[in-house]
Amino acid sequence: MLQAERPGGAGSAQRRIPSRVAWRTLWRIAGVVALLLGALLLPWAANKTGDPALISLATRIVIYAIAAASLNLILGYGGLVSFGHAAYFGVGAYAVGILYFHFSQSEPFLGLVPGSNRFLVTLPVAVATSALFALVLGALSLRTAGLQFIMITLAFAQMVFFLFVSLKYYGGDDGLIVRHRNVLFDLNMADDTTFYFVCVVTAAVYFFLFWRLVESRFGLLLGGIRQNERRLAAIGISTYRYKLVAFVIAGAGAGLAGALMANFANFVSPDLLNWSHSGELMIMVILGGGATLFGPLIGSALLIGLETVLTGWTEHWQAVLGPVLILVALFTRHGVLSLLRTGTGSHA
Amino acid sequence: MTLALEQTLNGIQFGVMLFLLAAGLTLVFGVMRIINLAHGSFYMIGAYAAALAGERTGSFAIAALAGLAAAGLAGLIIEYVVVRRLYARDYVQQVLATFGVILLVNEGVVMLFGRQPLYLPMPPSLSGSVQIIPGVPYPAYRLIIIAAGLLVALALSLLINRTRIGMLVRAGSTHREMVRALGVNIRLLYTFVFGFGALLAGLGGLLAAPLLAVEVGMGEQILILTFVVVVIGGVGSVRGAFAGAMLVGVTDTLLHAFLPTLLHRMMTASDADALGAGLSSMGIYLVMALVLLIRPQGLVRASG
Amino acid sequence: MPEPLLRIDNLTKRFGSLAANDGLSLDVAAGEVHAVIGPNGAGKTTLISQLFGELRPDAGAIVFAGRDIGALSTAQRVRIGLARSFQITELLRDYTALDNVTLAVQAGRGHCFRFWSNARADPRLRGAALAVLARAGLERRADIVVSELSHGEQKQLELAIALATKPRLLLLDEPMAGLGTAECASTIALLRGLKGTATILLVEHDMDAVFALADRISVLANGRRVATGTGDEIRNDEAAQMAYFGEGHT
Repeated sequence: MLQAERPGGAGSAQRRIPSRVAWRTLWRIAGVVALLLGALLLPWAANKTGDPALISLATRIVIYAIAAASLNLILGYGGLVSFGHAAYFGVGAYAVGILYFHFSQSEPFLGLVPGSNRFLVTLPVAVATSALFALVLGALSLRTAGLQFIMITLAFAQMVFFLFVSLKYYGGDDGLIVRHRNVLFDLNMADDTTFYFVCVVTAAVYFFLFWRLVESRFGLLLGGIRQNERRLAAIGISTYRYKLVAFVIAGAGAGLAGALMANFANFVSPDLLNWSHSGELMIMVILGGGATLFGPLIGSALLIGLETVLTGWTEHWQAVLGPVLILVALFTRHGVLSLLRTGTGSHA
Repeated sequence: MTLALEQTLNGIQFGVMLFLLAAGLTLVFGVMRIINLAHGSFYMIGAYAAALAGERTGSFAIAALAGLAAAGLAGLIIEYVVVRRLYARDYVQQVLATFGVILLVNEGVVMLFGRQPLYLPMPPSLSGSVQIIPGVPYPAYRLIIIAAGLLVALALSLLINRTRIGMLVRAGSTHREMVRALGVNIRLLYTFVFGFGALLAGLGGLLAAPLLAVEVGMGEQILILTFVVVVIGGVGSVRGAFAGAMLVGVTDTLLHAFLPTLLHRMMTASDADALGAGLSSMGIYLVMALVLLIRPQGLVRASG
Repeated sequence: MPEPLLRIDNLTKRFGSLAANDGLSLDVAAGEVHAVIGPNGAGKTTLISQLFGELRPDAGAIVFAGRDIGALSTAQRVRIGLARSFQITELLRDYTALDNVTLAVQAGRGHCFRFWSNARADPRLRGAALAVLARAGLERRADIVVSELSHGEQKQLELAIALATKPRLLLLDEPMAGLGTAECASTIALLRGLKGTATILLVEHDMDAVFALADRISVLANGRRVATGTGDEIRNDEAAQMAYFGEGHT
């Protein structure tokens, strides 16, 4: 048929290098398996080395990995610089807290909705509530782009922050104590190791669904939005609706993480919606390298690990973290993960 | 009635403060397309330098000069070391880097001066009240702030619209390459704009110092409101920043002044106070949402 | 005479005091290749941008298949059958050539709210995308990331993507620009192969391509149409000569 002559002839499309693709897939599967095994064995290792605090640390890392991954969907894959993601994290956390509050007071929310301390109830409610917030705030924010979008998402998160501060009934500024973790089947959720496993399982399911999502048609389109919206319009795609759906899914994911956090810490407060908390989520995404599946996990581990180590050294750890962030921003193009990866030309 | 007048003036004064911050921010956005989260840090540095100098010398004039100098210098340093390398980068990297600057500057201030808030006493000559209309006293100092802010707004308007530098700023924001091709040193222009923005922020900080506690974190609180001002006013437009600042300042102040009282009739005092404070703080964001619905570009389109 | 597929009626677009398109009227008949030529600054790209919905006209109407499309967004226009190739390529540079075309194919098949199945592995999408790439001569380069394609290949990919949406009207903005001789030849052959199935509005400077492909040629100058006719007619047309070689209007 009509083919341009190429000097030398590069061979047919069929003759890709199959072994390279197969190897990469094998490595990926091995990596995932290793990760899961590591995660499952961690409590045993922690107890062996006499450092059970490691389990709490790991739980926090896992929870934030989910939160960072949710932001990664719109930031890393979609290219939407949302600076207000902590709002949805906080809303999810507060959903758990408020449901527990009403459960413990035996008094329904708004006189209609009974409280609950059941994980299988609070989790979906948290996810749904944060998704709803994301729908409303996203619908407004996505009418803008670029610099405006960044500022608006920040501003709206601040608004939600003030909302919770004003709710004295639910603790306001002081926050709300969740005396007992949510109940899940017969598990002893108060036990840190058990709760850790619940988080790991939740994260595993979440990342699996996330993986399917980013490889799907929707995911392909989202990556296109990041790269060139004009191109997408030129093939007939009205991008607003897709951005909004991505935004809602991201918000839901953050709500999930928030619900886990409320249980983990037995406490929720407006600080969870603080703008610097949004900043931390962004840092995790960027550190780990956007638009990758496990970047957020790496970013979460790095930042939380870094903070833990630094706070051990000096109370002025932010003076160290600051320059680190500056250097990462100035000298890496795609976060830490890009330093590990040697090949180019792969769409993550 | 007098309360309303007083609160409106407070709102204007707050608006002026926001304008000082927003003008610099919107110029930096418009000309250099840089998002600088650390803009609030210049506000804080101005306040700190003024408070410290005021403490040492007892002279408000010297304190003011110190505040300006410190903020301007900080602006130049940060531009040179960090911001300069961000011009070609995408927003994510700018956010990350300037976030790092905030952490560094905030913690640096804590390391140098501790966590205790500082105070700058009002200059005695300005600490009295003025009768703006007979029977309505109003703090002289706040009037001075309003006057100073309006003067700055006027000066900025003249600078941008009547001088060569101003023309370069306007041109640089829309036709970067052309300006460069005309032989203008873009680097220098950017440094000037950035430093000037820092100076204005520092001015805002030092003026605010006698009214607030000077402490770490003061910059970030007002920065977010500044973002709202810039969004409402239109990115890149100083006129828009002024309009937005007035709107935000007055609305926010009036809400905080009157909403809790309104709620007192419906619930217990402490609940009303908390809810009132929270809702008042939320109010301005709802206004922003409204503006976004009607005019996503902001009230004033940036002059091309 | 049958209704033209595209009717441009008195289209005007001003930038400040400059009228880039000044009362421009033009007809494109269904199935024809209609070339638009003219010196630089004649308003050709402005015309395409307005047709595609990326610029709003100051006056005039654009009627496609009997319907005024002036109020439609770009994406909406594509969904009713327009497509465009860009003079300066607008590609998804981190994706492979196949990904780019897959997305275009996918977009043409209704909504993309599918969250589960792997898009790249979907045989229906993949098959259709590879077929389009083959028509453009790029099937060997399917898995190469766009940023690593040569300029000529990128231009051909532009064309492939436009074709993937199965358009009724193709707006081509200098598809030959930057192509080597062989690539030019294959692009011309590709476009010739489209005759009858797609209508093409072709903006070009490459006269060989224009005379090889065009059923009719319109000459633009100073934002207006000064002549229309077949290749031979235009070659001999005075107004056309004036536009190119006459008193130079800058």
